[in-house]
Amino acid sequence: MGTDFVVLSLVPITIGILVCVSCALLGNFLVLRRQSLIGDAVSHVVLPGIVGAFIFTGTVAAGAMLLGAGIAAVLAVLLIEVVRRVGRVEPGAAMGVVFTTLFAAGVLLLEQSDTSSVHLDVEHALYGNLESLIWLAGGAGWPALLDPGALAALPPQLPRLALVTLAVVVFLLVFWKELVIGTFDATFAESVGARPGPVGFALIVMVAVAAVAAFDAVGSIIVIAMFICPPAAARLMTDRLVPQLGWSVAFAVVSAIAGYVLAGYGPLWLGAAYSVSAAGMIATVAGLILALACLAGPRRFGTRTAARRRRPSPGRASHHQSSISNSLQV
Amino acid sequence: MTAFLTALALGAGYNTALVTIGAAILGGSAGAIGAFVLLRKRSLVSDAVSHGTLPGLALAFILMALLTGDGRNIVALMAGAALSAALGLFCVEWITRRTRLTEDAAIGAVLSVFFGFGIVLLTVIQSLQTGGQAGIAGYLLGSTAGMLRSEAETIAVAALATGAAIFVLRRPFTLVCFDEGYAATRGIDVRLTDLAMMGVLLAVTVIGLKVAGLVLIVALTIIPPVTARFWTDRPERMVLIAAAFGAAAGYVGAAISASDRGLPTGAVIVLTAAAFFALSLVLSPVRGLMSGLATRLRFRRRVHERQGLLALARGEAIYDPLTIKVLRRAGHIRADGVATLEGRAAAAAAVREEALWGLYRRLHPDEAAALDHQGLAPIAKALPPDVVADLAARLDPAGAGAR
Repeated sequence: MGTDFVVLSLVPITIGILVCVSCALLGNFLVLRRQSLIGDAVSHVVLPGIVGAFIFTGTVAAGAMLLGAGIAAVLAVLLIEVVRRVGRVEPGAAMGVVFTTLFAAGVLLLEQSDTSSVHLDVEHALYGNLESLIWLAGGAGWPALLDPGALAALPPQLPRLALVTLAVVVFLLVFWKELVIGTFDATFAESVGARPGPVGFALIVMVAVAAVAAFDAVGSIIVIAMFICPPAAARLMTDRLVPQLGWSVAFAVVSAIAGYVLAGYGPLWLGAAYSVSAAGMIATVAGLILALACLAGPRRFGTRTAARRRRPSPGRASHHQSSISNSLQV
Repeated sequence: MTAFLTALALGAGYNTALVTIGAAILGGSAGAIGAFVLLRKRSLVSDAVSHGTLPGLALAFILMALLTGDGRNIVALMAGAALSAALGLFCVEWITRRTRLTEDAAIGAVLSVFFGFGIVLLTVIQSLQTGGQAGIAGYLLGSTAGMLRSEAETIAVAALATGAAIFVLRRPFTLVCFDEGYAATRGIDVRLTDLAMMGVLLAVTVIGLKVAGLVLIVALTIIPPVTARFWTDRPERMVLIAAAFGAAAGYVGAAISASDRGLPTGAVIVLTAAAFFALSLVLSPVRGLMSGLATRLRFRRRVHERQGLLALARGEAIYDPLTIKVLRRAGHIRADGVATLEGRAAAAAAVREEALWGLYRRLHPDEAAALDHQGLAPIAKALPPDVVADLAARLDPAGAGAR
């Protein structure tokens, strides 16, 4: 746990945690609003965005890529709305039409354009390369964290993701009231002037920002997993929103660390001489946490009363029956 | 272009022709089952199914590579894909039924976790150093370029079999889509039918993996049915139209893809389907953009004509340019704004219509509110004759009394 750790693992783990936390925080609202799959759609649309940006600018500069992906994500969200409203298509199907079409366009553009000279491929957009984000300047070990020169050589993804995580936290704090009212009762939100429409759209834009910032470090698929798995697992732990956010952040951090460690060292423990995809393993760990929550989470059946109804003990069952027969006699 | 036409006429070699026909059959089956799934409002379940195939594909590849040295056995890969997709489907069902989580969260969780685990297995395959690794990558985005004849034949036959299964099961599918309760009273096991629907969806997805790739196969089960919905309100026709659009997209897309390099099959098929969708969105006679616009313009013209005629009857001056234009076009007023003879007659008729409608609204407010043309239709056509006669009888004595 010395120099090697600082050089090879510190930055990927930190980036993994930042990605997982920012996505999980926003994901809580997506899951509650039954918009979980918006994250799925937005992450697929990143591909045509970056290919378009490459064709437009001819470079693979991070700024252009991020801008292209962001524009594509917002465009996709607008298109989904158009298809849903104009075509009177149900939301899930509208989403399916739009994101598959845009993804197909991205694949075709990629094949058609000459990207052989640059590192731009579908696999990279889908599952990224977390392990490659090493910090060579951290060769001095832990003291390098205090050395401005070494800090300046950090992979640019790290400060970018830190900024995005901060932006997500600020967004949640500033629009907390509007988000919460709009999530649980959109009609009431409208009536008290909390403007659920614009706030909901802002939420989707933040989702797009988080997804786009994350994809080039960790790929799209882990982003989808982080939008959904930790918040869904947290939803099975508690009935209250703030604790749910806390649980989801905890699950996200555990997934990021455990996933990275298992991917890097798990195969070695099993005697193999290679490591496996960290992004994939982080998603897998998040899925295992969700599975555990589904099996044993205290609120997996709903609120406390609903849970009691779903799990009748023998005595309670007979009591339930007698109450039915009572009501029948009445 | 000529290469495309040759491929379209199935003249670009036996294998290409087989792939093109196979893609058409696959598109047809995917469109048909997708139509039922759309009516059941579960379109995105296919997204979970398609992503759920990856771990099974990878495990089957590893198993075959260890057993035979080459992982590219299409039957084994399909079986592995089907098994893991079925597991994914079961997880979606189980999470939705047993916990408070909604179906969208279950779908998203399953698709991302299965895909993530599949990627972990893919990196294991990369380190195995066995042959045919490119074969597994072809399943991510689909590739028909190097497809073997036996593979193409397997796909075509299997797609045909799913089509037959859909045909046999069409009645229970339709009933369950529209009215679960009624279906149950007719002796149809709703859960079993749902299971069969998902089973066929799964089969189509697995068969289509090699052609369209697991990210894009979901498009074939969503886009053609949504397109078909623009053209009809009848379920049987919708299924047929969806199958036709799917088959056309598969056929044309595969032919385009075969005509040149750098045209990946899955992407081209999906974009062809999307083009059909875009055309339908604009041109559909009932739900399209154009017909919506036409209906709107017609409605606006009728409102202006009615209001203009009422103003004529009251002898008021008309300033609105559109109203003047509409009245002049209909010959109700002359160029200088003075009412013609026909115009005055029409104005009197409009006043009477308005009075009859007003009386109807007062007497039967609920029925009037249920009408969707807000009293712009001629009352004699919109209401039964006895009601109109009754309204006229009530209106006239009242009018005589006032006079």
